[in-house]
Amino acid sequence: MSSRWLGAWPAIPALLLLFVFFLYPVVRMLGFSIEGGTLDWYTKALGESLYLQVFWNTFEIAFWVTLICLLLGYPLGFLLATTTPGWATVGFIFVLLPLWTSVLVRTYAWMVLLGRNGVFNRMMLEAGLISDPVPMLNNFSGVLIGMVHVLLPYMVLPIYGAVRRVDPALVSAAEGLGASNSRIFRRVYLPLTLPGIFAGSVIVFVLSLGFFITPALLGGGRVVMLAVMIEQQIHQTLNWPFAAALSAVLLVFTLAVYAAAQRFTRSADA
Amino acid sequence: MATRPTGLKAADLKVSGLQKRYGDVVALDGVSLDIASGELLTILGPSGSGKTTLLKVVAGFEKPDAGDVRIDGADITALPPARRDIGMVFQHYALFPHLTVRANVAFPLEMRNVPRAEIDKRVSETLQLVELGGYEQRLPKQLSGGQQQRVALARAIVFNPRLLLLDEPFGALDRKLRETMQLEVRRLQRRLGLTTIFITHDQEEALVLSDRIAVMNKGRIQQVATTTEIYERPANDFVADFVGESNIFHGTVTEPGVVSLEGGRRLFANHSGKVGQRMGVLMRPERFGRGTNVFAGEVKEAVYLGVSFKLRIACDDGLELIVRQPARGPLPAPGTRVNVAIEPEDIHVF
Ligand SMILES: Nc1ncnc2c1ncn2[C@@H]1O[C@H](COP(=O)(O)OP(=O)(O)OP(=O)(O)O)[C@@H](O)[C@H]1O
Ligand SMILES: [Mg+2]
Repeated sequence: MSSRWLGAWPAIPALLLLFVFFLYPVVRMLGFSIEGGTLDWYTKALGESLYLQVFWNTFEIAFWVTLICLLLGYPLGFLLATTTPGWATVGFIFVLLPLWTSVLVRTYAWMVLLGRNGVFNRMMLEAGLISDPVPMLNNFSGVLIGMVHVLLPYMVLPIYGAVRRVDPALVSAAEGLGASNSRIFRRVYLPLTLPGIFAGSVIVFVLSLGFFITPALLGGGRVVMLAVMIEQQIHQTLNWPFAAALSAVLLVFTLAVYAAAQRFTRSADA
Repeated sequence: MATRPTGLKAADLKVSGLQKRYGDVVALDGVSLDIASGELLTILGPSGSGKTTLLKVVAGFEKPDAGDVRIDGADITALPPARRDIGMVFQHYALFPHLTVRANVAFPLEMRNVPRAEIDKRVSETLQLVELGGYEQRLPKQLSGGQQQRVALARAIVFNPRLLLLDEPFGALDRKLRETMQLEVRRLQRRLGLTTIFITHDQEEALVLSDRIAVMNKGRIQQVATTTEIYERPANDFVADFVGESNIFHGTVTEPGVVSLEGGRRLFANHSGKVGQRMGVLMRPERFGRGTNVFAGEVKEAVYLGVSFKLRIACDDGLELIVRQPARGPLPAPGTRVNVAIEPEDIHVF
């Protein structure tokens, strides 16, 4: 028993940090949400259609962001894992570059690009592709574009890792047994990289659920995600208990998604 | 029991003038081979001699820099692996880890769009053949090494390939299992009449399995011959040394039937060399007994090996010999004086 716990000592500073800056605030927040010993704020959050709509929006956006990231990220991750080392390095710089710049900067950059008089609209107008500016900002598609950009690396990296782990001998074996390229992909690569697809999707989905800056700026108040609404409750309505209740619900949703994912992976491993 | 379906198609293989370089390394340096339909040829050679490279070129995973590969006379050098109809067993099995035994074996048939019912029939027949009936639903990781090897073998033969290639398939198995599998492969190969190339660096394995052996070194074929031929009449020093234990010397023909070794020792040996010709001389340790060529010397080292004694003898004329004698009586102690002898017909001159 003592030896089992001995290994935990070096982790104590980190554990303390987690306790003070993570666990304690969460508990405080939960305390706020049931102030006065009532569950009224939860009834409001989960009962009124306005708020249910926001929950729904949040899931819908998270779903689409995850799907688009997957469709873009799989070919990209696959390419990075199978190209020559030189190209892989170049590719990685491009994939990782967004991670090294602040989300705020990137989101403002998108505003410049996507706006009514933004770069994209002006280029398309000048090229004669469109006669009126296409609304790309302050709506669903603007939020999607911005979030996909921010979250794509989280999809690419696990998929890259999964493709790299596929034994090249299996690919040769499949080829020698008569498989065409498309069949090698469907019968060998795809099933063997499912864990990577799954891990990437869970990360992107979970991060999307709590996303704030990008939807706040690119949604222009018209696309309301949960985190945006929580912020409104705190700064505009000053309704902290309700904000706390919404946060608690978001936390539960996130944990539920995560737990479901864990169970799924474990049953797939067995 | 399943037998080979009729109308198929074991083929003969002919490779000629194969060259393959990797940067500075010459992996294949002019390899030519002929393998008859239904023959089992082993390729025996030390690590790095180019065995795997040769197999990859035959299977189509590597393009040769020069030379060609022909099956039944048709040039397939440019054909992609998927269209060669060659069954291959990889060194580390390369079973699909996410597929059951059944699905692994069914894979090549599915790639050929064989109808479901036919697939079911052929898969279960083939699994019977490798004695894995009842294991259909297992995953590869739930099998022992030997069982995985059988699955790999089943997967390589289920589609009646024109050629079967095995790259050191038993390297990871223990000795006992290895011997079982060797006999198994031999039995299957004979029964199905498969033209087979078997790679190994284990000479005993090569002797047990093959119709003929091709000994390879440094990207070149040193000799292709039957097992007895390789052992009794090796073509050069490398083959003589690599296959079996050997005493190898060099000398010059001084008169018909006599070779004078470098130290001056004259040996009576059967050979067709001309006077003045330089020749190699091979004496196998187990061939010493009575004979015309007598060596007197002192035992330097003696090892008991169950059936035989293995002696290292320093001869008075300066030669050093490895000799095997039946294990009878006490093991000679180092320093013991002995006489050993060998008949001229037991000396191979090359
Ligand atoms: N892809 C490659 N790139 C560079 N060099 C290679 C490559 N494949 C093989 N070689 C080199 O070619 C030579 C022959 O290799 P090969 O794999 O054919 O040997 P082998 O006889 O199969 O040896 P082993 O018994 O160790 O498997 C070696 O010197 C090896 O280093
Ligand atoms: Mg090899």
